[in-house]
Amino acid sequence: MNDSQLIAVLASIVLQASPLIIAVCGEIMTERSGVVNLSLDGTMLMSAMTGFVVGLRTDNYWLGFLAAAVVGMIFAGIVALGSIRLGQSQVAIGFVLALLGDDLSAFLGQNYTRMSGAVVPKAGIPLLKDLPVVGPLFFDQNIVVYFAIVLVFVTWWWLNRTQAGLQLRGAGERPTAAFARGVNVNRVRYLYTILGGALVGIAGAAYSLNVKIGWSDGHVRGFGWIALAIVIFGGWSPIRGAFGALLFGATKALATVLQRAFPEVSVVAFNALPWLLMILVLLAVGSDYTERFITAMPHSWQRPLRRVLRVSPPMALGTAFHEG
Amino acid sequence: MRVELRDIRKYFGAVKANDGISLTLEPGKIYALVGENGAGKSTLMKILSGYQPPTGGDILLDGQPARFHSPADALAKGVGMLYQDPLDMPPFRVIDNYLLGRDRRLRLDYKSARAELVALASRYGFAIDPNATIDSLSMGERQQLELVRLLAGGAQVLILDEPTTGISAEQKEILFESMHKMTREEGKTVILVSHKLEEVQELCIYAYVLRRGKLVGGQELPCASEALVEMMFGQLPQRSRRPAFTLGTPVLELQDVTINTYQLTVPDVNLTVRAGEVFGFAGLEGSGQRLVLQACAGLMPPGKGHVRLGGQDVTGWGYHRLQQHGVGYVAAGRLEEGLVAGLSLTEHLILARPEKQFFIDWPGNRAAMTERIATYQIVGQPETTADALSGGNQQRLLFALLNTPLKLLLLEHPTRGLDVRSADYTWQLLYNRRADGTAILFISADLDEIIAHSDRIAVFSGGRMSRVVDARETTADELGHLIGGQA
Repeated sequence: MNDSQLIAVLASIVLQASPLIIAVCGEIMTERSGVVNLSLDGTMLMSAMTGFVVGLRTDNYWLGFLAAAVVGMIFAGIVALGSIRLGQSQVAIGFVLALLGDDLSAFLGQNYTRMSGAVVPKAGIPLLKDLPVVGPLFFDQNIVVYFAIVLVFVTWWWLNRTQAGLQLRGAGERPTAAFARGVNVNRVRYLYTILGGALVGIAGAAYSLNVKIGWSDGHVRGFGWIALAIVIFGGWSPIRGAFGALLFGATKALATVLQRAFPEVSVVAFNALPWLLMILVLLAVGSDYTERFITAMPHSWQRPLRRVLRVSPPMALGTAFHEG
Repeated sequence: MRVELRDIRKYFGAVKANDGISLTLEPGKIYALVGENGAGKSTLMKILSGYQPPTGGDILLDGQPARFHSPADALAKGVGMLYQDPLDMPPFRVIDNYLLGRDRRLRLDYKSARAELVALASRYGFAIDPNATIDSLSMGERQQLELVRLLAGGAQVLILDEPTTGISAEQKEILFESMHKMTREEGKTVILVSHKLEEVQELCIYAYVLRRGKLVGGQELPCASEALVEMMFGQLPQRSRRPAFTLGTPVLELQDVTINTYQLTVPDVNLTVRAGEVFGFAGLEGSGQRLVLQACAGLMPPGKGHVRLGGQDVTGWGYHRLQQHGVGYVAAGRLEEGLVAGLSLTEHLILARPEKQFFIDWPGNRAAMTERIATYQIVGQPETTADALSGGNQQRLLFALLNTPLKLLLLEHPTRGLDVRSADYTWQLLYNRRADGTAILFISADLDEIIAHSDRIAVFSGGRMSRVVDARETTADELGHLIGGQA
């Protein structure tokens, strides 16, 4: 493989990872407010179908994204309403919605399979796209990829540098303490569950309008679960999450390369590669060795290192909150 | 800030947690709020700090009626509460914890917040690193941080709930010093809710005493501790008539048993309990009596000393092994520790039986449970789930599940939350047990119960066990002295 081929592969990894990055950022916001929206797989199938169909009928991909976001908000709204208002299990509702979205999208989208519709055009950023390496990777893409990249940093900034983000994290860590500080915990949870859902919806349309263009039965099946896994792998941090999505894409690409090199090994074996890697990384981060490694570092490094390497879910994730 | 509570009432169904409490707190002073568990202290303080609305009554701040919609609202109006377990965010950095809810601006202003936090902390003699994460702090430091947050939020009235539990002696000194500064120099009002009477005597100028939801009196401090104890517990009743019983051979012997936890050390407990004897542990909550009970049950390994059961050395044995050798333990949290909410009575019986079989004899067990339901007068069916039972019935179920014969029965608060009839019936069941030669060792917050039902009593105070007193000859005065920590 020569240099330009390698650059092309890497650029396609970034493109392939962009919907995952968007979904992961949305789910991170939802989960850090204390709600686990398990419906991602169904939501993404539904929104991929809706986004494609609306884009096709209106010949406007923007409207496709908008419709997909609304679908995501409806699914997330059901999870929020069921768990916050009606006190039902978040896991059960999310799971059922994941299954429902799968079948419903197949049913509603059956007349639109294997058609060509609206597509997000490529839009390189002048000057920046001519930079060596990073230019073609990040700046000679299109609006979906740029949105994903900006979203990662905005999400990080929102979570870590704003009062609103602090309140969002507080609602997910210890809602009673957040309530004592004047946070309307359940309102915060509604807000970020629905916002997260909108992003998951956009992610679904990002597949059908940009990455895996078109619609077919079970089109993006599995990617919702992958996004949920990357949220955990990323330790509920958008930057680590984005890194996880890119790593996932890279191992997928690597699997293709390896497949070509070792044609006698089944392709299924190489598809398991990203998961194997993720489990190994999670085990390594959670083990005593990491703690020993941190303790062996200079004192001033220890605190930032611990913050980067530590993985712990929001303490109140998946639990209901009642005032008083 | 001057606080007046007028006729505060809080009812939970038929239970009157606060029943018409009126009291006044002057600025610049430290007050104590004392009373036994369930006396209504926490309910009253939750009302004053905005966590719960009262059923009726008024709160006046500097003469103006105040109504709190939330804890944040109460703090904005000047009342803040420090919980025993501080309401902070363990995974956060100190500075983020401090900033949460501080203002309405979108961007966090770390620079000025850091300066503010450090300045306020040092004013009260606290040393807080703004960049440390909260879960790396000690309990005392978390408390200091929470106090700083409340003070920064504008608290003029501070409620401290058991603040000295789990903090070091040094931190305790800093805390007391800061409390004096808040009141003497800054004219704030401080309320200390505490079980530790020595601390109350040392710090406070006046104590309000609650009993069963009512204010039973106030007392200038310092005073004789037994005066407070008497108010807290009321006049001690006459011993009820109870079956006479001749004691058998020693069942439980503790020899120089010492228990160390990070909060409390219980040194050198020596004790013999004989077959058929009922032995009561008295004392304010957290004085060490529960640790000794847990050591006997195999739940808390003693640091040193020996535990003997029927003459056999069982030191260091675990819970299950002791259970097989005839030790029964009934914990205070019936649904939390004793029962499984969603399982039926029959399923509980199957789990409790010592013989384990792969295939379950359902008809046999259902019949056995039906029999026990009748014996223990449980209102329920073999198919009823444990959480559907009332408190009294849950307690009877726990007794029904104990295997017979038992050598030693350990009980925590055997009648807590039960009405008089259920409580009486519980003790009848316990008396039947001692006829089989079971020794009973129990702790209770209810001094009446201890005096009425024990043969002998030991009192715990700050981890130390008093001399053993004979329940027939003891007086309220004597027990009051012992609970207050005097020999």
